[in-house]
Amino acid sequence: MSNEKNDWWVGLFVLLGAIALAFLALRAGNFSTFTFASTYNLSARFDNIGGLKVRAPVKSAGVVVGRVADIRLDDKTFQAVVTLKMEKNFAFPTDSSAKILTSGLLGEQYIGIEPGGDDKNLENGGNISMTQSAIVLETLISKFLYSTAEKQGTPAQSPTANPLQKD
Amino acid sequence: MNQISHALTQLGKQTRLKITGLGFFTRFFFTLLTRSGIVFQRPRLVSQQVHFIGNYSLLIIAVSGLFVGFVLGLQGYYTLNRYGSEEALGLLVALSLTRELGPVVTALLFAGRAGTSLTAEIGLMKAGEQLAAMEVMAVDPIRRVLVPRFWGGVIAMPILAAVFSMVGILGGWAVGVGLIGIDTGAFWSQMQASVDVWKDVANGVIKSFVFGIAVTLIALYEGWQAQPTPEGVARATTRTVVTSSLSVLGLDFLLTALMFSN
Repeated sequence: MSNEKNDWWVGLFVLLGAIALAFLALRAGNFSTFTFASTYNLSARFDNIGGLKVRAPVKSAGVVVGRVADIRLDDKTFQAVVTLKMEKNFAFPTDSSAKILTSGLLGEQYIGIEPGGDDKNLENGGNISMTQSAIVLETLISKFLYSTAEKQGTPAQSPTANPLQKD
Repeated sequence: MNQISHALTQLGKQTRLKITGLGFFTRFFFTLLTRSGIVFQRPRLVSQQVHFIGNYSLLIIAVSGLFVGFVLGLQGYYTLNRYGSEEALGLLVALSLTRELGPVVTALLFAGRAGTSLTAEIGLMKAGEQLAAMEVMAVDPIRRVLVPRFWGGVIAMPILAAVFSMVGILGGWAVGVGLIGIDTGAFWSQMQASVDVWKDVANGVIKSFVFGIAVTLIALYEGWQAQPTPEGVARATTRTVVTSSLSVLGLDFLLTALMFSN
């Protein structure tokens, strides 16, 4: 086989590989959602973050405005400190509140920001003071069970007793 | 008594041979690396091997990828349908292909398609005393014959794996959207929401690169070590397929544990 023909086929092969990689990165992967816009950091403290993970989206009115950059535990207050990487072109008032919400019934968790009415905006390193923790299913169920038990006038002796049982 | 001592001697001999073989294999790898200068001096030798190893394997890789994608689409749909989340089909197909099936199945096919031909070629060169003749002419056969084949295989393998994954995802899309009727927007958006470029795609590429090194190296080693007889070449070719398939699966377990454990 002549050299030129060989080069042509190898070139085609390598080009196909490049197309495949670009397809995997752009069409199948999340490369196109990476923002190269500059960001600023906010922090928020939660009593319980549930199943929130790093890189979970931060949404306001359902639109993604940032991502969770870091989660750690403050060992003085025993609260979770969540660092949010917000996109620079979205600014929120200082009295905005943050909630941990779930997309769908069993979907993954994200942070929802509800803007407040203050004139000043949160700046880099700012702190969102009003937060609402994640709703943990077990806590919810146990609250419900205890309240039904109290209504029936028979306080549950132990958490293992089935309060729904009619006697 | 005599039989027992004979069995023990055999066991010791086999163990010693295996360990010596492993040592020689490692030395062989480093010899290939240190003599790799020819890649830059005569790049055409490598490009010929990329053509021989890569282009000729492209068809079998693409067709296998397509069918693996079809099957993933069908099987994934039947399972996801039970939980009412058919839209996650794109996610399932893309994750299983980029993380596991793409690199592993490509490496297994690569061992069968390209590895065997490398072993047979080098084994026959040895049997025909072509390698010895080269040495007589002061041409280093490792530099001239083995190194270009090694780098050809190492370059071709990640490209083939990427093509396999791409064709597989398109196959899954064809079955999911075309045949079953899942919403095409949900298929792609669920996929894009969960497939991470670095964690999933890039790790898949690293895996295929490692498999490329392993399979090509084993194929060349077996050819180089083959008994210079027709029977010896046949045995070496068989060993190439067995050893490289097993090491691909073993390496895959190690790499997966390293990459996705957190």
